Amino acid sequence: MTSVSMTVNGKPASGEVEPRTLLVDFLREHLRLTGTHVGCDTSQCGACVVHVDGTAVKSCTTLALQCEGADVLTIEGLAQGDQLHPMQEAFREHHALQCGFCTPGMIMSAIDIINRHGGVPDETTIRHELEGNLCRCTGYHNIVKAVIAGGEAMAPGRAAAE
Amino acid sequence: MNERPTPSAHKGAVHRPVIHDSAERHVTGSALYVDDMPELPGTLHIHVGMSERAHARLRAIDLQSVRTAPGVVAVLTAGDIPGVNDVSPVHAGDDPIFAEDIVEYAGQPIFAVAAETLQAARNAARLARIDYEELPAIITLDEALAAATDLAPAPELRLGDPDAAISASPHRLSGTLHVGGQDHFYLEGQVAYAIPGEGADMLVHASTQHPSEVQHLVGCMLGVPDHAVTVEVRRMGGGFGGKESQPALIAAIAALAARRTGRPAKLRLDRDDDMVMTGKRHDFRLDYELGYDADGRIQGARFEFAARCGRSLDLSNAIADRAMFHADNAYALPNAYVHARRMKTHTVSNTAFRGFGGPQGMMAIERAIDEIAFALGRDPLEVRRANVYPADGSALTPYHMAVTDSVLDELTEELAASSDYRTRRAAIRASNAESTAIKRGIALTPVKFGISFTTTHLNQAGALVHVYKDGSVHLNHGGTEMGQGLFVKVGQVVAEAFGIELDQVKITATTTAKVPNTSATAASAGSDLNGMAAAAAAQTIKARLAAFAAKKHNIAEEHVVFEAGRVRIGNQEMSFAELAHQAWMGRVSLSSTGFYATPDIHYDRATGRGRPFYYFAYGAAVSEVAIDTLTGETRLLRVDILHDAGRSLNPAIDMGQIEGGFIQGLGWLTSEELWWNDEGRLRTHAPSTYKIPTANDRPDDMRIAIWAKGENREPTIHRSKAVGEPPLMLAISAFSAITDAACAATGYRAFPRLDAPATPERILMAIREATGRAGKK
Repeated sequence: MTSVSMTVNGKPASGEVEPRTLLVDFLREHLRLTGTHVGCDTSQCGACVVHVDGTAVKSCTTLALQCEGADVLTIEGLAQGDQLHPMQEAFREHHALQCGFCTPGMIMSAIDIINRHGGVPDETTIRHELEGNLCRCTGYHNIVKAVIAGGEAMAPGRAAAE
Repeated sequence: MNERPTPSAHKGAVHRPVIHDSAERHVTGSALYVDDMPELPGTLHIHVGMSERAHARLRAIDLQSVRTAPGVVAVLTAGDIPGVNDVSPVHAGDDPIFAEDIVEYAGQPIFAVAAETLQAARNAARLARIDYEELPAIITLDEALAAATDLAPAPELRLGDPDAAISASPHRLSGTLHVGGQDHFYLEGQVAYAIPGEGADMLVHASTQHPSEVQHLVGCMLGVPDHAVTVEVRRMGGGFGGKESQPALIAAIAALAARRTGRPAKLRLDRDDDMVMTGKRHDFRLDYELGYDADGRIQGARFEFAARCGRSLDLSNAIADRAMFHADNAYALPNAYVHARRMKTHTVSNTAFRGFGGPQGMMAIERAIDEIAFALGRDPLEVRRANVYPADGSALTPYHMAVTDSVLDELTEELAASSDYRTRRAAIRASNAESTAIKRGIALTPVKFGISFTTTHLNQAGALVHVYKDGSVHLNHGGTEMGQGLFVKVGQVVAEAFGIELDQVKITATTTAKVPNTSATAASAGSDLNGMAAAAAAQTIKARLAAFAAKKHNIAEEHVVFEAGRVRIGNQEMSFAELAHQAWMGRVSLSSTGFYATPDIHYDRATGRGRPFYYFAYGAAVSEVAIDTLTGETRLLRVDILHDAGRSLNPAIDMGQIEGGFIQGLGWLTSEELWWNDEGRLRTHAPSTYKIPTANDRPDDMRIAIWAKGENREPTIHRSKAVGEPPLMLAISAFSAITDAACAATGYRAFPRLDAPATPERILMAIREATGRAGKK
């Protein structure tokens, strides 16, 4: 066992883990942050996406030890009290979910897309960039709408600088 | 045309686009799925040891090293089962939990390891030494047909004299179409968490569409009555039919581990194990022969289907029956013969999947109509419209049911106009003449889907409603929530009944302890059945409240009216909460069950006649595609959908079902390919090799509308129609459009006999084969 320490959702978090422990297991089992889901176990479906130092990663193929000292943000850390993050609000309002299992990873990827593009990219780009997040219930239409609406609410009036 | 939900106005009323009741929890990560529930101290984790052979005798199972591996608490085999080693949903006795002497598919459970951690269980399972004596394996449908491995007799449907009608027709054609299966790929895999109680009691949290069946089969496995087992499910991370019969195996293994160790035990399959171990949509071989006239009107049709059932019966009889019931799809066939063989293979036992055989059944006639149109040089839409069930109710289905609610003529014409189908078709033909590599195609296909379980006794549902003395309401019913929005719809029904806000209604987890003997949430019937049962429960309580208020205020009961958060009692008004409080003080029961059984349905399987469906759901779609004839790649360019949801209970939820169903059907028919090798091992058992649609596969231009004129002619819940499965089959329009584009690639000289899924390889093969035929002419 090895000790690991990181900041998760703004709070210090540490634990004793095996070197092989995955970030997703550290989050779910040690910290009981179960909003991050495991869908395929092999970094393809995107249900496990979290942010590490501001970048989206698939936590099912990231070792907890790789995140030593890092700043980790999960779905549970997005809302400020009762105030949802604009992207959460957009997914809620636009019916961009059905079973909800992919939703946390989808929202974390969506925020990453907006951050990386410095605003809302065009719809084709959004669809392309969401290819690493699978949804089996919806046809993605409302998800794409929510990403646009959430992105605009995050940075009003800013189209992506491309 | 998309309905925007109105999240701020949380009015209870039906027919409003209210957002999903769990939306807030979904977006904050606080919605609990089975694997998210806090684990009790001592919880064990299970890994299942599976067969590596498709068909073999088990000479010896040596689990000694497994038992002594670190962290292992129990190793379970068939001999550990106190009751019955079977989880067949039809009690066929052919779905052992653990194989005993023979294994019949690669992936079949042989033993399970319960250990302190999942990793320990998994590591230990690898130490098993299984000695197999290989037996001949039948893997493909054609091998099964050659060996006549029928699992059950195939009933027949017969209307008129099809053979005579076909012989007498001026034109005839026949053909064969292979349609592939489909993995459910619910994002949340199969999972169950069993918690032993005192005595023989067992509580199982299962991700299941069918808690009552899981309860019963776990009870049979443990050798205890149903009353000792409670199964609970708050939500699933997707189901699609894959959690109708399959969860019983998972729950049984978890419950067995819990019983044998006295500790809570959890089984969550990882994605690869899930795909290898659990059943999928049946693949079918469809043979057809039709006679038709110069206008393309079908005079007679023969359909001979064969379904690959895999190693056991499971739900294959009902699925193959539903394929037969949908061989006509939307078309009145004056003379018809339909049968569907149920073939055993040494592959995983196939199971329910959205549409339940209906989609496969429809594919033959849609292919045949495209072929008729090609032969006659006509627009396939004209041929379709010439054959659709008439509105006047004069036509019978092949099972002798009068189709009295057909809106097909009106709906298809409305869609043809709104999608500008005819102009676009002409433009596509013109542009194809100019383009060498890229060919486009377009097609409009209709759907008629029968609503009810064809096993008549399953069409029943129960609900339980409590009104608390503060006026808040507890709602429970037998339906399960898998994302489809059943809970919010039934919540709306109850809020509407009491005239209260939806947030006054607490929607609670499905549990066998509150509503017993439920049917699976399946057959699209969830809202129809549970909505009516909940409405009945609410009505009982309302009647008691009205009687109480009328007596107290000395007025007639009909002058007590529940509306918009208030109760009018003659000239007075009070809040629902005040009345509830007064009724409690007046010692009135504020709790009731409700029950519903679909009326007027009956079916005689022996004669192939009856009214198996309460009504039909209708829809139509236009798809436009482009194919690259050099690579076979396809792009869906535009889709227009017009769907009849009756008077939709919740247009936002229904839009989600229509869009999601279409895209899932698109995956089935274009990109999702299951592939077993010669040894019967599934080689497409992860998203790396099995491709479900991504955000980028969705058409650039997708226009969906719920048919404004829709209204159920039967007195269903608020005149709505079931909407879970029917939209999946709208994706047949994309398959027909690909056929049209492939036909363009032959210069419209030969009809391409495309099989499904229409992968790039199959598209190229179909074009090549058709071009070869054209060259010989």
